[in-house]
Amino acid sequence: MTQVLRKSTLLQGNEACADAAILAGCRYFAGYPITPATEIAERMASRMPEVGGVFIQMEDEIASITSVIGASWAGAKAMTATSGPGFSLMQEGIGLAVMTETPCVVVDVQRLGPCQGFATYPMQGDVMQARWGSHGDSRSNIVLAPASPQEIFDLTIEAFNLAERLRTPVIVLSDEIVAHMRERVIIPRIEELSLESRKEAVAPNSEFKFHKVSGSEISPMPRLGSGNRLNIVGHLRTEEGRVSMPSQNVPQVAFKLLSHLADKITTAEWEARKIKTLFAEDSRTMLISYGSTSRTVESAVKEARRAGMKVGCARLVTLWPFPEDQLQALLKDVDHVIVVEMNLGQIVDKVREVVGPGGRVTHVPKIGDLHATEELLGCIKKVAR
Amino acid sequence: MSHPLMKYLREDWMPTLLCPGCGDGTVLQCLLRAIDNKKIDIDRVSIVAGIGCHARLGTGYVAADSMWTLHGRAFPIATGIKLVDPSLQVVVLTGDGDCGSIGLSHFVHAARRNIGMLALCFNNSIYGMTGGQVAPTTPRGTITKTTPYGNLEYPMDLCSLAQTAGASYVARWTTAHPRQLTMSIEKALGKNGFSFVEAVTQCPTYFGKYTLQSTKASDILRWFLRNSVSIQQSKKLNPEQLAGKIVIGEFVDVTKLELAEQYQLQLKKKDGNWK
Amino acid sequence: MTETVLVHKIVVVDRLCKGCGICVDFCPFKVLEMSIAPNSRVVVKNEIKCTKCGVCEIMCPDFAIFVVR
Repeated sequence: MTQVLRKSTLLQGNEACADAAILAGCRYFAGYPITPATEIAERMASRMPEVGGVFIQMEDEIASITSVIGASWAGAKAMTATSGPGFSLMQEGIGLAVMTETPCVVVDVQRLGPCQGFATYPMQGDVMQARWGSHGDSRSNIVLAPASPQEIFDLTIEAFNLAERLRTPVIVLSDEIVAHMRERVIIPRIEELSLESRKEAVAPNSEFKFHKVSGSEISPMPRLGSGNRLNIVGHLRTEEGRVSMPSQNVPQVAFKLLSHLADKITTAEWEARKIKTLFAEDSRTMLISYGSTSRTVESAVKEARRAGMKVGCARLVTLWPFPEDQLQALLKDVDHVIVVEMNLGQIVDKVREVVGPGGRVTHVPKIGDLHATEELLGCIKKVAR
Repeated sequence: MSHPLMKYLREDWMPTLLCPGCGDGTVLQCLLRAIDNKKIDIDRVSIVAGIGCHARLGTGYVAADSMWTLHGRAFPIATGIKLVDPSLQVVVLTGDGDCGSIGLSHFVHAARRNIGMLALCFNNSIYGMTGGQVAPTTPRGTITKTTPYGNLEYPMDLCSLAQTAGASYVARWTTAHPRQLTMSIEKALGKNGFSFVEAVTQCPTYFGKYTLQSTKASDILRWFLRNSVSIQQSKKLNPEQLAGKIVIGEFVDVTKLELAEQYQLQLKKKDGNWK
Repeated sequence: MTETVLVHKIVVVDRLCKGCGICVDFCPFKVLEMSIAPNSRVVVKNEIKCTKCGVCEIMCPDFAIFVVR
């Protein structure tokens, strides 16, 4: 096992992602080349074998995500990385991971879309897709949005912990800007990290073990070949884990399972669920953002404060489940909210929902580039008191 | 007293929900018989099924680790399993639609990679689970639910494709040749590489009705027997004589380095060079 | 005193039989027949002719008939 020293190093966001995954214990990576995520695959190709893990370039993104699921059931912490077009292809596979409660990490380095869009330009266009992409009310997706190479590093490790703890796919929603930029990344020593692995179901004798569906409880996960003789299905299953049949009150069974898949996520707590704020205590105007756009938002807010304006910013780190309660508390005494996104509007409607009717929400959309600090300042001056 | 292979099944879940006379159950029996004959530890077998009538056999009837996954995607799932734990005996249950249509790319790449697994293809030349639509293996001219005026497309030869793609073992038998089918499965289970065994199986409900105007399994089985020719015999026939025949036998049986094994070997070498 | 015990050559598991008729048609010695409809199931008609060849067992899709070993 490669010894990792606590060090400060200049890393590209994508490189940081791969290194963090390996540190977190990822031992299977399958991917397909796609701009701007390719560096993750390339880094994995050379580093995975160094730690005895598996790297494979699969024939497409569908094969990538499905092989990750197989690898996870064989016992490995597994990951794939892609961008918008590949992420679209992976949706059925992500649904399979949700339904079978398979821990895995999917990195989506967002780029300008839709369709081929412009591969080398950024956008925050996959936010809703990361939440709703798979058909059928699939609600187990946890979506994390890093705003720097350091955060890509930290959130990738957290992604693995959450995936393993909650037996779910976790999406690291990066974008072309933070993925390709190089910044100082501090890599902790492995002893400093707290890493989690799925609770394994042991079979002392070869008895059939069902996987239970019970509120927000997480069933232990057996690995293939351990004698558990588990039947893992993408189909609706009963509480005992058996394929459900028409004779068994399907609506009730379905409601129970789907509620469990949603509840196990919404009732869980994790560090990155907290919104990161700056000057929130006495702000009357609040800027809301996530990911790379937060960088210039922060600069603008600092400048506005220097000019005496009561402005603050809130940066969402976990996008889904959406932090309604936190946001509501934060915006209680705020007169005006400015939502800054690199798209035509994805989080803004959720914010409007939280703020309620009569609330003042200004939307500042942009595509293909960060908002300039001057741009944001201009907007703040227009609305702030 | 119970059936000698009942130990591999959950008896209280049987019989399966497949139609009376469906040949898929016969193919399953051949698989379990092969596992039994080779004394393979059932707890080291990972069954990965796609979607289709055949895949229903991967829904818990067999008392082994099994996965009922996505249409056409059993191959990459199985690939992930094999690469992480090469000691597992991976068996993919696929169908003519599952690997010949939606899963075609994954099928070809798995064969090309020579990743160690047995791909057992239940070819009933129809889409049975969804009610009798045309499949890539349905003979030209057949009237099905989605070819009500007759199928215009040329059917594909899955074994030929597996061979071209680079599989180490390729064989085809029908459910009217269960002993040979069992023998091929045994051979495949003993090989370290990608093995493709195509089992031509009867669908009395749809294929039988469309092609032979009969929903009796025996009629289709006798039709298989009448229309099967060995690989040797097929070489002596001209294209017209060969039309509509089912060529049975072992097409490929070679030894070549398997992917998971190669990968592990590469890990051991310092400079990562491969030969 | 010796006892004569009737030992069967083949066993049919009624519960598993779907009445498809494959075994009846393929038995080389006409040992089997279908019971009267409705719910036709395989019945052993002529056990004395049975040679335990195993064709019925190996052709059955439902594990419903097997040779006594």
